[in-house]
Amino acid sequence: MLYFSKFRIFLISFFTLILVFFASTNFTKFEDNFFDKKINLGLDLQGGSYLLLEIDNQPVISQKLQNYVSILRKYFKDNSINYKNLLLENDKFVKFEISSSQLDKIENLLKDEESIINPYYPMYKAHQFDVEIVNNKFILKLSKYGIIEIKKSSLDQALEIVRRRIDEVGTNEPNILKRGSDRILVELPGLDDPMRIKNLLGKTANLTFRFVTQKTEETFGTEKLFFEDGIEEAVVSKRIILSGDNLLDAQPRMDTQTNETVVNFNLDRVGAKRFAKATSNGIGKRLAIVLDGKIVSAPVIRSSIVGGSGQISGNFTFQSATDLALLLRSGALPAPLNIIEERTVGPDLGQDSINAGIFALSIGFLLVIIFMFFKYRFFGLIANITLIINLFLLIGILTIFEATLTLPGIAGIILTVGMAVDANVLIFERIKEESEFEKNKIIAFDSGYERSKTAVLDANVTTLIAAVILFFMGSGPIKGFSVTLGVGIFTTLFSVYFIARLLTSIYVSKNRDKERLI
Amino acid sequence: MKSNIPFNKFYKTFNFISLLLIIFSLFLLIFKGLNYGVDFKGGTLIELRTINKQITITKLRSSFIKMNLGDVSVKKFGNDNDYLVKFEKKRNDNSNFINEIKNELTLLLGKDFDFRRVENVGPKVSAELLRSGIIAIVISLAAMLFYIWIRFEWQFSVGAIAALFHDVIVTLGIFSLFNLEINLSIVAAVLTIVGYSMNDTVVIYDRVRENLKKLGDTKIFEITNISINETLSRTIITSITTLLALLSIFFFGGEILKGFSLAMILGVIFGTYSSIYIANPILVFFRVSRKTIVKEETD
Repeated sequence: MLYFSKFRIFLISFFTLILVFFASTNFTKFEDNFFDKKINLGLDLQGGSYLLLEIDNQPVISQKLQNYVSILRKYFKDNSINYKNLLLENDKFVKFEISSSQLDKIENLLKDEESIINPYYPMYKAHQFDVEIVNNKFILKLSKYGIIEIKKSSLDQALEIVRRRIDEVGTNEPNILKRGSDRILVELPGLDDPMRIKNLLGKTANLTFRFVTQKTEETFGTEKLFFEDGIEEAVVSKRIILSGDNLLDAQPRMDTQTNETVVNFNLDRVGAKRFAKATSNGIGKRLAIVLDGKIVSAPVIRSSIVGGSGQISGNFTFQSATDLALLLRSGALPAPLNIIEERTVGPDLGQDSINAGIFALSIGFLLVIIFMFFKYRFFGLIANITLIINLFLLIGILTIFEATLTLPGIAGIILTVGMAVDANVLIFERIKEESEFEKNKIIAFDSGYERSKTAVLDANVTTLIAAVILFFMGSGPIKGFSVTLGVGIFTTLFSVYFIARLLTSIYVSKNRDKERLI
Repeated sequence: MKSNIPFNKFYKTFNFISLLLIIFSLFLLIFKGLNYGVDFKGGTLIELRTINKQITITKLRSSFIKMNLGDVSVKKFGNDNDYLVKFEKKRNDNSNFINEIKNELTLLLGKDFDFRRVENVGPKVSAELLRSGIIAIVISLAAMLFYIWIRFEWQFSVGAIAALFHDVIVTLGIFSLFNLEINLSIVAAVLTIVGYSMNDTVVIYDRVRENLKKLGDTKIFEITNISINETLSRTIITSITTLLALLSIFFFGGEILKGFSLAMILGVIFGTYSSIYIANPILVFFRVSRKTIVKEETD
């Protein structure tokens, strides 16, 4: 029916005005939080950096298996079980052999749900390890769920550390999210050179204090490590005196005596005790400060340090000392992070894109409006008013949901402008056809609307399907395109069936006696 | 002003042409392949702006080649002083390598340049992006097939899907022929083309079905022609307004959207063509008649 009740007119106007209001809030400022909504600009428009980090879990897994070998060794000893060839192979399998008389005992233990050497996850209804037994040889490897568990905890830890590091640098409104089982997505708006953050995230920041030793034989073992310059090297004990976990705080300082930049640190109670003991026992020895497998410096201990604080020196610039202090404060990553995808847009390019997008939108809009006016005259005017309102509705909805607008998103708006008139065209063309047989204008208009309905719906559903698939499959800028395209379909249908129809009905009922209306 | 163009006279001619186009495109896609961008091939892209007229494209190219980055391509990008540099090899697993490149370039060319955009995609991510792009296109085709299968009879589904395949394959064929870059935004464009082409086909099909009921005894050969003519002015007007919007993106929307809008422009042109000259002849081929739809309704 062409007839609109007063209540319906009120609802349509009310809804439209609200959305137009929200569209306009983008250009004004409100004190109230509820009204002060704005469309977010995507990284490609405001400039910024997108980083996708992947956790390299292999070191965590080998570490875990290495620990497991020690646990098994201890268990066998404590329970006087005869074992042979207990070893870690390829960083993947733990292998050992048991004399056949004790086979049952171990087998049961590994299958027991309360087992201490192969814990059971009620959540997954599975053990941490899969066991393969050939004769009296055992091969253990992490089960699918054991790996999930490891990945989950290292992802959680890494996320926390990444967040702390980025917060310490103090960029505005970073976005840090989990992606899948071993990835972290970092979005840094407004940052045009992500170098510093990339450097900070690229470091595991695993700090240990260990003695430099001359002996090659030691209970804990030794290893040869390079200094940061990559030339000098030293043999260092594997025994860890202190690790980064014992640090309470770290700050860059200027050492007034040597005029050198250093990093000052404070230790927790346990750390302070150990540090005091080690330094008093080891006067004259060199204490290596090892960061991520490289020696930062290895000063000679001159006196015992009991206060629980100390300093690290080592050719720092003020910037590098600040960064080291930051890394130490925020803690070590459980595993190394690799940057597997990076997209950075400078702010001036972002601004250029906004300008180009708005210019293209204005031109496209103008061309469509002029074309429609020349094609349909008065009804073109109705279609154009509808189109303008449609644009406001679209921007209004994007604003209410504080959606992110990207450059392809702007393209989606322009495309909506081009395709939105389709619905009105379908209807107008149908009305023309109906008018040939039906002399009563109101009936002709009515059946024009009615009979074109399926075509209009079909046409819009197909585009909506494409938009929905893009929304779920696409990422970043492309997602922005699918959002504007999809929302555009709803605002188009609303503006065509309520606003354009309302305007048409008013016009037709006033001019029903004219020979030709459209 | 009612048109009466005998579209159906040319069904055979254009079917032959379409077939040639598809075969040629498939040939190109198989033997020449697509020019994948950084998104799908992995590697690094740098958009660079110089303020120094002395820095020419040859100088830039030789500077980048000196850095031992594998295959380097340097192109003008829009403005006279904007360049797009692409290379495959990431020198090492160093998170710092973009900065190293910047420093080395400063040594070679001076300070008068600026990295406006940097994209760096690892091999794992690019493989995933390519896979999800292909999945997205396949899903969208399947979804369209499903939708039209619900809305129409199977003969119509075959026609619409054939038209869609034609549009996607020919558009990609043209991208292959002219060595145009395929990146994430092209996938978005292809999906939108699928939606648009479907939309165009469905509007004509809707009319075909209506006319089958109304003009029961007329042959499908005639009915398709009547339906195409009745919806023709809508087809033309919508194509024009959509093209107006797309052309303004192409000419004024900036370099980044060029490939995207070009793909869409091609898609709209082929989509319009295929909904007339592929979707309809297939109905004729299947001898769709009043019975085809009436039978369905009495079931």
